[in-house]
Amino acid sequence: MQEGAVLEMRGICKYFPGVRALQDVDFTLREGEIHALMGENGAGKSTLIKVLTGVYPKDGGEVHIKGIEGAAVIRSPQDAQNAGISTVYQAITLCPNLTVAENMYIGRTKGAMTNWRAMNSGAGKILESLGIPASPQQQLGSCSIAVQQMVAIARAVDMECKVLILDEPTSSLDEQEVVKLFGLMRDLQSKGVGIIFVTHFLEQVYEVCDRITVLRDGQLVGEYVIEDLPRVQLVSKMLGKELDDMADIKGESGGTAISQEGAPVLEAQGLCSSAGIKPFDFSIRKGEVNGFTGLLGSGRSECVRAIFGADHVTSGTVKMDGKEVKIRKPLDAMKQGIGYLPEDRKGDGIVGDLSVRENIILAYQVMKGAFRPISRAQAEAFADNYIELLEIKTASADTPIKSLSGGNQQKCILARWLLTDPKYLILDEPTRGIDIGTKIEIQKLVLKLAEKGKSVTFISSEIDEMLRTCSRLLVMRDRKLVGELNGEDLTQTKIMATIAGGDEE
Amino acid sequence: MPKGIAVDKQKRLKAHAAMSDTDLLLTITIVVFFLLYLSAVFFLGGSFTKPQNFLNILNNNASLIVLSCGMSIVMITGGIDISVGAVTCLVCMTSAVNLERQGGNILTVILIGLGIGLAFGVVQGFLVAHLGIQPFIISLAGMFFAKGMTTIVSKEPVRVTNEGFLAVKDARITVPGLGAPNKLGVYIPAYVEVGVIVALVVVVLLFCMLRWTKLGRAFYAVGGNNQSANMLGINVRRTKFLAHVLCSVLAGLGGILYFLHVGSGDVANGAGDEMNAIASSIIGGTLLTGGVGNVVGTFFGVLSLNTIKRIVSSLGFDEAWWSNITVAAMLCLFLVIQSIVLLRKNKK
Repeated sequence: MQEGAVLEMRGICKYFPGVRALQDVDFTLREGEIHALMGENGAGKSTLIKVLTGVYPKDGGEVHIKGIEGAAVIRSPQDAQNAGISTVYQAITLCPNLTVAENMYIGRTKGAMTNWRAMNSGAGKILESLGIPASPQQQLGSCSIAVQQMVAIARAVDMECKVLILDEPTSSLDEQEVVKLFGLMRDLQSKGVGIIFVTHFLEQVYEVCDRITVLRDGQLVGEYVIEDLPRVQLVSKMLGKELDDMADIKGESGGTAISQEGAPVLEAQGLCSSAGIKPFDFSIRKGEVNGFTGLLGSGRSECVRAIFGADHVTSGTVKMDGKEVKIRKPLDAMKQGIGYLPEDRKGDGIVGDLSVRENIILAYQVMKGAFRPISRAQAEAFADNYIELLEIKTASADTPIKSLSGGNQQKCILARWLLTDPKYLILDEPTRGIDIGTKIEIQKLVLKLAEKGKSVTFISSEIDEMLRTCSRLLVMRDRKLVGELNGEDLTQTKIMATIAGGDEE
Repeated sequence: MPKGIAVDKQKRLKAHAAMSDTDLLLTITIVVFFLLYLSAVFFLGGSFTKPQNFLNILNNNASLIVLSCGMSIVMITGGIDISVGAVTCLVCMTSAVNLERQGGNILTVILIGLGIGLAFGVVQGFLVAHLGIQPFIISLAGMFFAKGMTTIVSKEPVRVTNEGFLAVKDARITVPGLGAPNKLGVYIPAYVEVGVIVALVVVVLLFCMLRWTKLGRAFYAVGGNNQSANMLGINVRRTKFLAHVLCSVLAGLGGILYFLHVGSGDVANGAGDEMNAIASSIIGGTLLTGGVGNVVGTFFGVLSLNTIKRIVSSLGFDEAWWSNITVAAMLCLFLVIQSIVLLRKNKK
């Protein structure tokens, strides 16, 4: 082992049916270092981590951990924990039916008994020191997603670990929480813990990391000290090609001009749903791209869910093409030509065990009705067409969708809605947790759709992404629509000011 | 942040922390049972006013209580075991034959019961946990196997005449202060059978196990989300295996208690008890989806189920279908109440 290293992975290989997920990958983590693991979707970051934590058995290579003689044998997450590796996964891997405190301690305490008092007081202290707004005795399922994620981090942090793996921990946290997390990471760093940090946010990488390892298509591109690798180069290494100018994609399409004149496709008045948002008005023209923005939990998703009928609508009217329609459930909305790509990809979007093809034709089949089946040949044609069009990386159209990477799953769901040929498409965080290359592809696709006369509502946590795609932004704050920005008002500072609501006080 | 909001937040957290889904459903079950029984006492009177009537529910169902607790544990891990009724039957028949024809005694009966249960548990648990086969199918096979074995052991009913056994069977443990005078004015003390004591001990032990041991919490974790449980460092396979072993061993014990109550081996023993056990677990607040449940609730589930049966028969509807229909209605009612309460709670 190298001097000062806590973890060394040599020549790691992992094969899935038809896909070489990892090929001869090396990775070294040193003591007291924050090491970013970067790569596009399907580059093999998650696979590498799952091999390291014993979720997947590896097909080749060796893992060495400081303090363990010879090659470490890690066959299960328990083995990984015992070897001093603790992990926070991208998807929350806690049990919703247990209490917060239990989730922090289960599976890692000694003895056969559960000491509730010690557990609750211990958890209480950690939660307080991290400023997590949850009570130890609270059932985890009653916490918000962000809090659940923080609990997962608290669990990992509390373990006496040598290696801490954070797999996209910030995707559901708001800015303050991210700051807190970074403070925590630096704390651990000074105690000599090696941290592997996987994220898609470049700013965050440059804020906290010391080193970067880049993977592409299951292979190691290289390991770099952060000072030696400017952002542009990092991105081009991840993509494996020179980056086209990201800033100018809106200029190319010129979609903004059209959107001001088209007839309204959908108009909603005083819409309000059981999800607890204040009544809001909304309209979108033909060929327009607009967006909801606001902080996490400000009600962005709830608004579009109300429009799509995904939450119970309690009041308000919706007009499509000037005619009043009743949208009570998603099927009503689909029949009106509205498509919705949900935020929670795993829960609301994909059907994991079905194949890529079946996932793509799902919404189209529902629209046609169960008694008019789509022929096999037709389904294959549709699927192949969209796999090619959106460059979905999959072994075949028959692969179960759950074995695809996050970004490719997202593309499949996008294909699903494009297949139904909607007039109006709602994309809720379509670029969350996916790589820059795919992000830009999706942004371009959105503008292309608008050019073809479709209306799109776009939601994203990244403001510059919204600026690039939307011609009008609706700003949410505390579950209330507080402003609408277009034209010259569409600048970063103006949006920030509206989100923060500073001018009222 | 203004102070008022912070305080408000703390209050909200406390309110949330007050009750887990499991405890909430347990409370509902207990409240409904008492309402049910008290209304029977007030509106029907008669035998319901006598404590012995209540104790007889326990006497007749000691076996079912134990079976249902085992069922609840498997259901908490997200599984199911429909072989328990047939295992009960097999244990009764084997024990009866052992006592009558092979000169067995109480001790051999206990060994037979627990041994049969353990064997079923190990095989079913292994197939479910390590080969990933659906527990429903495995235990269906187990049910058929146990039924077949029972017939092989003996086709005819076997009545037990072993004196040592009958002494235990007929032992009455009086409950002080609950007796009542009979029609002739002679004071008859209230009593429970030996099996009831065993069943109550089992309920208490299992309650403690589920609440305070790591294995118990692992059952809940696996039922809540088995992938997450795996990631949290719980040995999911071992946990599922142990849940099935525990359930089947309890089915064996339930078989012994059943045998102790009826004192004979018969192919009809314990018929349909797997369904009664599932029903009791559900009434007791165990969710079929796993992760939520409590053996104390299950205990009250058994009591509620049999109270309603008694109410129906005391109203003069003696035929079996009336009690079946009432039980069906009761199950639906409970499921509706539970889902409404959980929905309302989780909406907040």
